[in-house]
Amino acid sequence: MKNSTPLIASLLLAAGCAALPSSQDLDREALVAIKAAFRDEGIAKINRIQQDLGQAACSSDKQPTDAVADQVMAQARAGVKWPTGGQYFGDWREGEKLAQNGRGMTWTDSSTAPAANGGSCYNCHQISKQEISFGTIGPSLYNYGKNRGVGDVMAPTAQPIVEYTWAKIYNSKAYSACSNMPRFGHAGVLDEKQMAHLMSLLLDPKSPVNQ
Amino acid sequence: MHRPLLIAAALALTGAALTFAGTALAQTKSAADGIAEYRRMLEDGNPAELFEAKGEDLWKQKRGPKNATLQACDLGKGPGVVKGAFVELPRYFADTQKVQDLESRLVSCMATLQGFNAAEIAATPFGRGEQNNVTALATWVAGESRGQRFNLPQGHEQERKSYEIGKRVFFFRGGPMDFSCASCHSVDGQRIRLQDLPNLTKNPGDGVGFAAWPAYRVSNGQMWSMQLRLNDCFRQQRLPYPGFGSDVTVSLSTYMGVNAKGAQSIAPGLKR
Repeated sequence: MKNSTPLIASLLLAAGCAALPSSQDLDREALVAIKAAFRDEGIAKINRIQQDLGQAACSSDKQPTDAVADQVMAQARAGVKWPTGGQYFGDWREGEKLAQNGRGMTWTDSSTAPAANGGSCYNCHQISKQEISFGTIGPSLYNYGKNRGVGDVMAPTAQPIVEYTWAKIYNSKAYSACSNMPRFGHAGVLDEKQMAHLMSLLLDPKSPVNQ
Repeated sequence: MHRPLLIAAALALTGAALTFAGTALAQTKSAADGIAEYRRMLEDGNPAELFEAKGEDLWKQKRGPKNATLQACDLGKGPGVVKGAFVELPRYFADTQKVQDLESRLVSCMATLQGFNAAEIAATPFGRGEQNNVTALATWVAGESRGQRFNLPQGHEQERKSYEIGKRVFFFRGGPMDFSCASCHSVDGQRIRLQDLPNLTKNPGDGVGFAAWPAYRVSNGQMWSMQLRLNDCFRQQRLPYPGFGSDVTVSLSTYMGVNAKGAQSIAPGLKR
């Protein structure tokens, strides 16, 4: 269709059924439309539509190529900041509060500081058995630590799963290029202390998650 | 159409219905069951009726700097034809040379026929001034297609392009939480908390998703048009503020509307 003679092209145009731009041109036009449509509102500034590699790679109904996915995951893993002084754990009770709290980062919120944000965990995951109002976009996290054989979180045998879990919360793209989960540490949604509370919720044998 | 008594009764029932929904939740009954139940209770008295009545009056009223009615407004099926127009929108309009949804088209008619300032209306926050009138008009126009099935035209190049742009907007990930529309609306049978999420990449069923708005929201007592519904989706995606009637919101509607082909419209709907 793109190589039609001008006559045929003009006939088609007259009939209102000319060929669409190429897929790549439509990609570009969509980005132009997005840039033109959005404006700052409160804390939600226009720079939020500037995509990084991972966001751009996961913005269609098709998965990125393996090479691009590997690049996204490698970048994410390299950027994980491990907790200061090895403080991976906090208080599972605080973690439960954060898991329940789905607030933060919208244009009706007043601050982007982690203190103003929740983890929104129950929006997508089953976590403790007591909370029946949970979403199903993510996998169930009930018995997360127990299922992975974590008894003493300080034991050397628990270290790999402790590090995996920290990195997953910090930047979910470390293990899955197009994960649906927010990158809580990387994006500055939660701080180290809040992530440590969530770590306890998931891994502490005393947490309701592991009962 | 005017049934104030029934509506008053319905509003009184709303409190009971919400309590009922809470009980249903405690019994791990699906939230959808609870909502369906109170929809039945309100069947003859959706408060949206008040907005429909207001919209019908506004359509016939002489208003604006030109002191004219909207009765010559072409919603796509010819001047003044309202029935069946909603289930074919968004569509391409030759006079504006744009694909327009119901609300942006209504604003165009208010500008050309009545002399209102379209840019001013678009910049007015939802729930204020002329935006309230646009919502009421949209509610009435949508209601005039109640029970009809979505069948958006895709014959014009601009209509097909609108679909393709809308699809890309739907999958666009951004913001501090990396969300896109697709994060929550591209898989069957998922929920956020107990809220069922329609899969909007296909026809999600009669009266679901695109076929349920405009809708009266019981939780905040507001009438929400599709433009406001999408605006709030973007707020929850943590993205910045989308312009009213922008190419982003209109093309998204084209994408959802075309995907919903064959779905029966229940608009104006009733939502939690």
